[in-house]
Amino acid sequence: MNDDLIIAGISVRSRLITGSGKYSDDNIIKDVLDAAECDIITVALRRIDFENPEDNILNHIPKGKVLLPNTSGARSSDEAVRIARLSRAMGCGNWIKIEVINDSKYLLPDNIETIKATEILSKDGFVVLPYMNPDLSGARRLVDAGAAAVMPLGAPIGTNRGLRTKELLQIMIEEINVPVIIDAGIGKPSDAAEAMEMGAGAILLNTAIATSADPVGMARAFKLAVQAGRLAYKSGLGSESKNASASSMPASFRTSSSIPKPTTVRP
Amino acid sequence: MEIRINGKIQTARDGITIREFLETCSIDPAKVVVEINNSIITRDSFGTQKFKSGDRVEILRFVGGG
Repeated sequence: MNDDLIIAGISVRSRLITGSGKYSDDNIIKDVLDAAECDIITVALRRIDFENPEDNILNHIPKGKVLLPNTSGARSSDEAVRIARLSRAMGCGNWIKIEVINDSKYLLPDNIETIKATEILSKDGFVVLPYMNPDLSGARRLVDAGAAAVMPLGAPIGTNRGLRTKELLQIMIEEINVPVIIDAGIGKPSDAAEAMEMGAGAILLNTAIATSADPVGMARAFKLAVQAGRLAYKSGLGSESKNASASSMPASFRTSSSIPKPTTVRP
Repeated sequence: MEIRINGKIQTARDGITIREFLETCSIDPAKVVVEINNSIITRDSFGTQKFKSGDRVEILRFVGGG
């Protein structure tokens, strides 16, 4: 059964989106992407390094992937719009992850500026995926402004602290009718599986893979976790209860003498 | 002539095109985006558009990001 992730009418197989930053050696990125089997990769836009002019992340990303440039560095909607348009001029597609941040301690996004940028860029033909604080009314405004998905954070960027915003994420997943992609803070494969079990559309992560001792192994672990979580969500989780419920019918063959007596433990 | 590239003043020969400048710096034109005085320059203009004295130029490329 086809269970592709559909964003703006575009279908991709993988529900794991990975970043390309923080690797100790960019030469490992291709192997990480292969292990993660992801279809969408995030990148950032920065000034060329004249000391190392041939250094370019595009050299490490296989053809055929959807490139998702972010607007990191933007502190306002105007700056995000400028970075988005420069990114599109690179000729690698029209997807953009809007990231407007003016808080340097926690790197929390500014939802109001993000909504403004989303409105401008979606009208300008971009496929807009905004990074946001998990907030239902903000997400609704983003969808109204043309967001193709919304990307609330699980925890601040790079913290690996998992789904600290779980209750708010769950509400957004239930109420928002575009994919809710959990972006930032996912630290462990179990966090990713949990988010997918909740019904998240996809997971976007970078630090947890890039800074692990074996990024290729961790990429594979996250791939499996996302797949497992998605399959669990599609299959329907069993209900929780306070009291125990035996997995077999009562044992009718048991006699009272066969029940072991409690043993006394000598001190 | 002097132009400001990525925030630093650089000297370039009069009449140099964007493409010629990039080649001089060993930069692959297919993997950068160029902005002059806040206007994006399309890649097919790199071969014809020339820098002018005093231009504020940004030459940008993709790097790793999340």
